[in-house]
Amino acid sequence: MRMPKKILKVKNLNVKLNGEEIIKDLTFDVREREVLVILGPNGAGKTTLLRTLLSLLPYTGEISWKKRDISYLPPQELFQRKDLPPLSIEEFFKFKKVSSAQILKILKAVGLNSSILKKRFGTLSTGQFQRMIIAWALVDEPSVLLFDEPTSGIDIGGQETIYSLLHKFWEERNLTILLVTHDLNVVWEHANNALCLNKKKLCYGKPKDILTPKALEKIYGTGIKFYKHVHR
Amino acid sequence: MIDIQFILALIMGAFIGGAAGYIGTLMLSKKMALVAGPLGHLTLPGIALAFIYGFDVSLGAFPFVILGIILIWLFEIRTKLPMEALTAVVFASGVAITFLFLPEEKTVPALIGDISQVSLIATIISVVLALIVFFTTKRIFSKMILTSVSKDLAKVQGIDIKKYNLIYLTCIALIVALGVRVVGGLMTAALVAIPACTSRNLSKNLLQYSYGGMILGSLSCILGIVGFKLTGIPAGLLIIMTSALFFLISLIFKR
Repeated sequence: MRMPKKILKVKNLNVKLNGEEIIKDLTFDVREREVLVILGPNGAGKTTLLRTLLSLLPYTGEISWKKRDISYLPPQELFQRKDLPPLSIEEFFKFKKVSSAQILKILKAVGLNSSILKKRFGTLSTGQFQRMIIAWALVDEPSVLLFDEPTSGIDIGGQETIYSLLHKFWEERNLTILLVTHDLNVVWEHANNALCLNKKKLCYGKPKDILTPKALEKIYGTGIKFYKHVHR
Repeated sequence: MIDIQFILALIMGAFIGGAAGYIGTLMLSKKMALVAGPLGHLTLPGIALAFIYGFDVSLGAFPFVILGIILIWLFEIRTKLPMEALTAVVFASGVAITFLFLPEEKTVPALIGDISQVSLIATIISVVLALIVFFTTKRIFSKMILTSVSKDLAKVQGIDIKKYNLIYLTCIALIVALGVRVVGGLMTAALVAIPACTSRNLSKNLLQYSYGGMILGSLSCILGIVGFKLTGIPAGLLIIMTSALFFLISLIFKR
């Protein structure tokens, strides 16, 4: 079988913010249709890595994208949801210059009713907001998604739904996904590759090969109990 | 007999008030509605010079407010401090300098505006500039709101935040320079802030909010100028009081 082509090449990436080294000498590739999960403890540089890949932060080294239609979902804390003007969800979607038909289609796909379009941006529940923002990220049909903890602040049932949704879109639309999460279950269930980060690359490869209890202890600095999923 | 001065004042007030109300909704969204106040104060040296040497007050006001905006913009890039804080740093000097040389008899018109004597050419220029502010703000509105929702999302959508901030600040400078003629250097914040607050109380979405600000700003100016014609009370005061009355009424219908 032919290997999918590389769509992202990162070589010797270094990121320094306010004099502090956040990412050190990081090298990895991402291939088309890959689901790469980025793991690491708080402060490991995961969010910084995603933002750097989008050229939102200064860096040295090489970042080379073969795709331009990239969508990004920042972590919840980087969204301003309160103290905004009366912005309706419909108007928020129109920022992307997409048709009403496209909006309705994607809302249905993420399990939201069209009545949400009339609601104000700041009035959605966390679960509704997260589905809505996933729909926003997908509405212009990108081929690459960069998602940073898309389920933070959502209950376990909601988390399952969000990841199932992402999985569905990944299958249907041939997406390439780079995902930051703390949830090891997501890695076992959905990732082709995992990148373990703690300022520098600690491990990189297929989850079943690299995510050993010893490796997890190295990443998180403490013993991690985990239950490996056996794929049927 | 038709009072040409009155008609010109009405036209000028309606356009400046409308543009100020419209950009005010964006300024309120970015928590910058009060910035027009300090910027209005910054125009005072220019207004003082205009009075002393007998040229148009907006012409005097504009370079000073532009200078202030450029300083604030540069300070923001350099320090990352909030723009409103930096505005406070800059404006006080403008006020201090003004009162060093502003003739005493010109203090009141400088502070609360004077629209009683306007020329045709000044009206035409003001209308054109107000339209420029309106259409430019309309063009950047959604991008600036997306920046408020998430700077990262905006950047990924290809929005050059620095460039749009500069355009936005230039529009604010223009509207402040125009607004000082109508309501003076003291009350420009009210010209942009009150219609926006009223509109926010009454609107369900961004479209209603932004155009509501424009209509309320324009209407307040028209009624204020009509009130001046009838009572002789300075138009600047009546405009702000009308605008404040609309705000109070909006509290009853707040959504």
